[in-house]
Amino acid sequence: MLRDSLTFIDRGLRHSVRSVDALLVAVVLPVVVLLLFVYVFGGAITVGTQYLDYVVPGIIVLCAGYGAAGTSVGVNTDMTTGVIDRFRSLPIAASAVLAGHVVASVARNVVSTSLVLVVALLIGFRPAGGPIAWLGVAGVLLLFMTGISWLAACFGLLARRPETAGAFSFVVMFLPYLSSAFVPTGTMPAALRGIADNQPVTPVIETLRGLMLGGPVGDHGTRALLWCTGFVVVGVVGAAFLFRRRTAP
Amino acid sequence: MTYTIEAVGLLKSYRGHTVLKALDLGIRQGEVFALLGPNGAGKTTAVRILATLLRPDGGTARVAGHDVVTAARQVRAAISLTGQYAAVDELLTGRESLVMMAKLRRLGRREARRRADDLLERFDLTDARDRRVATYSGGMRRRLDLAAGLVSRPRVLFLDEPTTGLDPRSRREVWAAVVDLARSGVTVLLTTQYLEEADHLADRIAVLDHGRVVAEGTAAELKARAGTGTIELFFPDAPTLDLASTTTSGLVDHEKLSLRVPGDGSAHAVRELLNLMVRNGIHVDRLDLHRPTLDEVFLSLTDRALEGV
Repeated sequence: MLRDSLTFIDRGLRHSVRSVDALLVAVVLPVVVLLLFVYVFGGAITVGTQYLDYVVPGIIVLCAGYGAAGTSVGVNTDMTTGVIDRFRSLPIAASAVLAGHVVASVARNVVSTSLVLVVALLIGFRPAGGPIAWLGVAGVLLLFMTGISWLAACFGLLARRPETAGAFSFVVMFLPYLSSAFVPTGTMPAALRGIADNQPVTPVIETLRGLMLGGPVGDHGTRALLWCTGFVVVGVVGAAFLFRRRTAP
Repeated sequence: MTYTIEAVGLLKSYRGHTVLKALDLGIRQGEVFALLGPNGAGKTTAVRILATLLRPDGGTARVAGHDVVTAARQVRAAISLTGQYAAVDELLTGRESLVMMAKLRRLGRREARRRADDLLERFDLTDARDRRVATYSGGMRRRLDLAAGLVSRPRVLFLDEPTTGLDPRSRREVWAAVVDLARSGVTVLLTTQYLEEADHLADRIAVLDHGRVVAEGTAAELKARAGTGTIELFFPDAPTLDLASTTTSGLVDHEKLSLRVPGDGSAHAVRELLNLMVRNGIHVDRLDLHRPTLDEVFLSLTDRALEGV
């Protein structure tokens, strides 16, 4: 199983590097969004600190969604083009193909996150967290990306066609806008604030923000870990179930 | 006699629609066996059951000595499936695809590369090995697909419509590859809706219609069922043709100035027919022999026209 997973991870990484449009969306778009928010909208948003410092965690979480969208499409394409039949006719656990997609998705996210951070530092992002805090950032992000990627795999297994699977990106792209990613939730109308404060992306972003800027994390940390762990568990169990259902003999 | 592929009374239906009605098959070691039938006859369903991808509603099947339901893993270790649509990774190169398949078949890294290169050579893809599959022609994709199925030297090879959608040239390429494989002793079950393909490749043919075998035998045996064939005589002008048509029964073609007479094409039958013409003072320009084709067999055995062929 491990050996086959490694083979499929190798495949997923090669796919990622070669599907130019998906790579652009996953890697270049987050940087564009960062610049857009900082230079176009940022001037009009007052958050109490430098807006760049405020918005970087939000952009990173936003781009996790872009990276995962490719995972839904990739999984669905394997399911609908006969590729899966070939893997299933081998004496291996064909579900290992999902691991390949998920790991490639996380790898894409790591690259795009690093790129966003480098660009942010170049244009004046001044984080205050120490090495321990950055380890925390890496841990929370990896967990979040893994969870989102497994959920994306589930969506790919549910959708009938690759086009439908692509719709997953809309869901994950939309959540950060309804969170504290770009503006403090306190500025939103009460009804929206209720949603924004209680959806998973807000604690993740607040945790990252606290760790990066050296501010308080509070109970956001626990909530973020619970949400992310929940995503991973639901994603893995769901994907296993959906894979089995979709490939039932 | 034990069979390498044996199916007894296979049943399968989808949402109340019966696809396989008690399908029986017995295919011997080293045979190339064709399942011939129109779209919807149940060919692909049969192959998917035998390749462990689908569970039958009833009946049993054994492949390479193992039950396809209870010993699916052992069956998978012995088989290889090339599906209806070339299941190749567009983003990988031909060589990468084969190396990946070889690794999934538990070959070591070096062995996997060597096997990939051997197969690329064998399927005439060496020049294209480092190009992405997206740039391959239809024939090249199918050849790569076939090669991908062979990394493990399977005992049994399933080819589901291996040439559907290919141009004639690519089809010839794939045929040559299959003939080559058959020589190496692998047992091949192929499905096709092309009679010519079954005729060209298969040792034995089962004609499938509405989920059951309606005829089985060698191409020659099946053709024999369609009658003996005809001898077509061509005449210099219409009056001669008319005269000839009064001496023997046959099908008159005024356009071609010909007469088609039933006959098996043996020297004896041809001599008898020509003697008859000479005795009546009828001049025959030339003649053609028409062997029965599988098309005739097929049309006489199945009650559907071959749509889209």
